[in-house]
Amino acid sequence: MTALVLRGRARLFGDDVNTDYIISSTRKRESLDPQVLRQYLFEGIDPAFAASVVPGDLLVAGKNFGCGSAMEVAVTTVLGAGIPAVLARSFSRTYYRNAINNGLLPIVCDTARIGAGDWLAIDGANGMAVRNETTGETLLPEPLPPIMQAILAAGGLVPYIREHGRFVV
Amino acid sequence: MTGKTISEKILSRKSGQDARAGDLVVCAVDCALGTDGSVPMALDYFAQMGGERLHDPARIVFALDHYVPPSSAKTAGLHQRMRAFAALHGVALHDVGEGIGHQLIVETGRALPGDLVVGADSHAVTYGALNSFATGIGSSDLAAIMITGQIWLRVPQSIRITLTGRLTAGVYAKDIALALAETLGADGAAYQALEFAGPGLQHLELEDRLVLSNLAVEMGAKNGIFPADAQTRAYLAGRTAQAFEAVDPDPDAAYSREIVLDLDALTPRIALPHLVDRVVPLQEAAQIPVQMVYLGTCTGGRLRDFHQARDVLKAGGGVAPGVQLVVTPASREVQDAMEADGTLADFVALGAEIVPPGCGSCCGTCGVIPGDGVNVVSTANRNFKGRMGNASASIFLASPASCAAAAVRGAITDPREITP
Repeated sequence: MTALVLRGRARLFGDDVNTDYIISSTRKRESLDPQVLRQYLFEGIDPAFAASVVPGDLLVAGKNFGCGSAMEVAVTTVLGAGIPAVLARSFSRTYYRNAINNGLLPIVCDTARIGAGDWLAIDGANGMAVRNETTGETLLPEPLPPIMQAILAAGGLVPYIREHGRFVV
Repeated sequence: MTGKTISEKILSRKSGQDARAGDLVVCAVDCALGTDGSVPMALDYFAQMGGERLHDPARIVFALDHYVPPSSAKTAGLHQRMRAFAALHGVALHDVGEGIGHQLIVETGRALPGDLVVGADSHAVTYGALNSFATGIGSSDLAAIMITGQIWLRVPQSIRITLTGRLTAGVYAKDIALALAETLGADGAAYQALEFAGPGLQHLELEDRLVLSNLAVEMGAKNGIFPADAQTRAYLAGRTAQAFEAVDPDPDAAYSREIVLDLDALTPRIALPHLVDRVVPLQEAAQIPVQMVYLGTCTGGRLRDFHQARDVLKAGGGVAPGVQLVVTPASREVQDAMEADGTLADFVALGAEIVPPGCGSCCGTCGVIPGDGVNVVSTANRNFKGRMGNASASIFLASPASCAAAAVRGAITDPREITP
């Protein structure tokens, strides 16, 4: 994990983005495949988003990102679109867990001064510090507890359980 | 060292550690629910994790509730896959039409005082009404529980919600929950527990408490827990043969915040589209026209809810022209009781569409979908844009009586205006 460096454009969303806005629960009736679902990503609140997303783009949101349903396609669809991290002022706890379990990096930081399209670089060697290359500002996120770091470092809950067979704190 | 909250005590018991708010603990899970909305993905994770057998099949429950009835080959296929896995591994499965998983966990006595019960669905918080530590998880966590019997949890801080007084006529548990959402906001309890307390609890029936625990997640809460009392034991009598040990908070437990709500002074509330915390006194929304009224869900689909709605509908002289009334009992037990006492016949006579027990219209995955531009008043827990399957519909959330009053007048109406 320490070698991780992510660099991408900021794609802005507001407060209280619920999981149904990320991917409508009606879509998962027909497929659970992230490569199918990614074409409907944010379709209800930003119909142009799915076609415009570039692998490496970073989601940047306000408070309570991923509230509502605990459905995990709201994480796997984001990953399926090539988005490796979400930065938000706060997350709903189920989205946060699902993100960690699937290797989507959730970063809690003050996102207020990030603008649409700003270039951001996330430095795994420096506590996931977020450097806004467009404004020059660096944001220091809250550190992750060890078990979450361990699951993320393993690449998600699947490799973690394959390796340990149980939870180790 | 101060005393402990209910949540700290239960997680101490389940982790075998002295668990305090902020600690990360690995706990043994007493029961875990998965639905057709979450199990198909969980089975994929289970296979990828190398899962071969379940840690303890008796602790896992599947419910087919989100696609009732399955209206496509794909959703029917999800059900087939779940039935086959359940049969192979000895997992209890509630089939199509038995009801909403959360209601079935409660009815079958699988959530007991002092237990840790999780569900791969956010409204698993509902069982907190029975003094269980109950919270929602995703499919990958469910798969890990199926293999290990364990979950890691951060022990939450608790917000104490002290209820005083007694609800007045026309005001219900849903109004309390909406008032709390108004006070706390959609993330005001994020990562925290709501712990209910106070003299007002004695007047809240178990079905009322289920409503409050159910809506805890709409304030971001990890769980919403009640102490157990005579009502809890009376509800569980005949539903479980298992002994349980109820958990009370220590008198000197530490809380992050305390909210005192005087039930005597509470008036009907309504959540406006498209956020659960956009709550106003219902009278401020009066006169807004309504074309669909939905009675059902794990929030408002129990017998008591249907009695309250039916009484208002009958007192008001029936459903206004142009209003579609849809009824979905939360479970077959609820539907059977409605049939036995005439409530179901009353709704049929009122012209309601009766949908088999399940999640129904709540999340747009099955049931009756509202038309374009329609205003819906619902007993459900979420009013996000598109939630019921049509992004151009507007969803208002209110008590069963307030929903019924809207059906009577064809517009949002204070239920206290309609008296027998």
